[in-house]
Amino acid sequence: MQIINEYNNELAVERCKQHRLDILKMSQNVSAMHIGGAFSSTEAVDCIYNDLMRKGTNECVVGEDAPDTFIMSKGHGYMIQLMLLHSLGVISQELIDGYCTPSGILGVHPDFGVPGIEASTGSLGHGLSLALGMAVANRSRNSDGVVYSVLSDGELQEGSTWEAILASSSQKIKNLVVMVDNNNMQSLGFTNETHPSFYPVVEKLEAFGWESNEVDGHNSSEIYNAVINRTGDKPFLLNLKTIKGKGVSFMENAPIWHYRSPSKDEYNQSVNEILGS
Amino acid sequence: MRNTFSKTLYDCACNDPEIHVVVADISPAGSMADFQREHPNRFINVGVAEQVMIGMCAGLALKGCQAFAYTIAAFSLYRPFEMVRDDLAYQNLPVTVVGMGSGIVYSSLGGTHHTMEDVAIASSIPNMQVLAPCDPLECIEATKYCAGQKIGPIYLRIGKAGEPNLTDKAIDKFEFGKIRYLQKGNDVCIISYGPIMSKAVSVADKLAKKGFSSSIISCHTIKPLDTVGIIDALNSHEQVIVLEEHVPQGGLSSRVKQLAWDVRASCKLTCFTLKDEFIHMYGSYDELLAAHGITEDGIINSVS
Repeated sequence: MQIINEYNNELAVERCKQHRLDILKMSQNVSAMHIGGAFSSTEAVDCIYNDLMRKGTNECVVGEDAPDTFIMSKGHGYMIQLMLLHSLGVISQELIDGYCTPSGILGVHPDFGVPGIEASTGSLGHGLSLALGMAVANRSRNSDGVVYSVLSDGELQEGSTWEAILASSSQKIKNLVVMVDNNNMQSLGFTNETHPSFYPVVEKLEAFGWESNEVDGHNSSEIYNAVINRTGDKPFLLNLKTIKGKGVSFMENAPIWHYRSPSKDEYNQSVNEILGS
Repeated sequence: MRNTFSKTLYDCACNDPEIHVVVADISPAGSMADFQREHPNRFINVGVAEQVMIGMCAGLALKGCQAFAYTIAAFSLYRPFEMVRDDLAYQNLPVTVVGMGSGIVYSSLGGTHHTMEDVAIASSIPNMQVLAPCDPLECIEATKYCAGQKIGPIYLRIGKAGEPNLTDKAIDKFEFGKIRYLQKGNDVCIISYGPIMSKAVSVADKLAKKGFSSSIISCHTIKPLDTVGIIDALNSHEQVIVLEEHVPQGGLSSRVKQLAWDVRASCKLTCFTLKDEFIHMYGSYDELLAAHGITEDGIINSVS
């Protein structure tokens, strides 16, 4: 596979720490945001934007002629996507300041038309079909553009996702890289309790004609290496073992932090934990 | 009509490399088979999987392609409805969702294969355009419009096979968003769309023998509706009949009644629609229409 960008693990770790701090800071100004799911996919989304996607002539991974595309299929992970786009200079501070206000354009879920947002998501089970369509378009145009997408484990319960999984391998799509933020949590309990047969994921995908692997979803280096070392002969799914709310002890694996902003005391404790990690 | 659609789309696609067709396990007969053979990367059969059919079309459109989702109407609109709404309409993408064999054309296949509410459902979605050509000739024009437009999503409601050409001597040309007079008369105006238009033409012929001169309007564009044209028809005829292969609620009939009220139209307005009912009767198209209360004699007898 093509080596994309020079990988620096120390930088990746520092960036992810900063993304979490930025999200916490924002949580003190707004009440509507998904923190838990953003923290569980922080390393994945950071790796995609900073280490995997290639730059266009504007020296940015997002834009008209940037070759690769990212779809945040788990739309409730929008907050981490916004932080990445902000850090890349695609989303301005002014837009961030207008988050969830009548004069702004940023809501809780990704909206097509917002700078850097390639598709509207929020309802689960849509992103993979969209990404597949984009990969088909790339193939028709003989483009080597890679389409990346991050899905939640809950999205693997949607029938539409399995339709897209089957269609991707049948269409012999190659430039499609999917990461599943597998934090084993959903709104009503743990995934493996809701669906005891949910696991294994990797073997299921391989049986559906995909190449698949599994890594620690909070280890940027493992994510990066798994993606760049894929064969590229098939669509690729990387199952990320993650922790919802990762980085803040009282948020980890606690369902209430799916959609809640911390109090002042909780905020201070969260910041201290992340700075000390 | 489906073969005409396929042929027209094939012709358009040969000249436009951005056109992609995503089908859900529907037999690629005629020109569609040629397209599949000649452009395998642009003809994609996702199998019995309508949700990915729509989502894939949205992904193609997000990359600038002109995508068509094609299967039997019940499965192209009802099954993947949320994908149609979120992926196509919410993002306002120029994807055409083709509903083939719409209405009760597949009469003996039962209610699972009928679309009696599709116009209401499609029309209710913001950004959605709804087109329903009445014959193969109009289907050519409608398909060309779909292949060339970048405005937003379209639900293209077409028939099956064997529909006669009705518009070869039409007074007006096909123009998207405008009603079209097939003929003009002074006494009665019949407004219709889709394959049931053949009944309207037959009724007008029979009315002529009884001394009534009739206008016939093809309202091929149901959304955006040509309200000016409809109001003009209401105001220029003493008797107006709406004939549609659709339940009473949310289709053309209810829109025309609304417009008639808005302008305090003085004409006699009679609507012939399908019943708001699943009828478990497995006969011919005409027999099922009759079970819904739609017969040529019934329409003729409503004229006084």
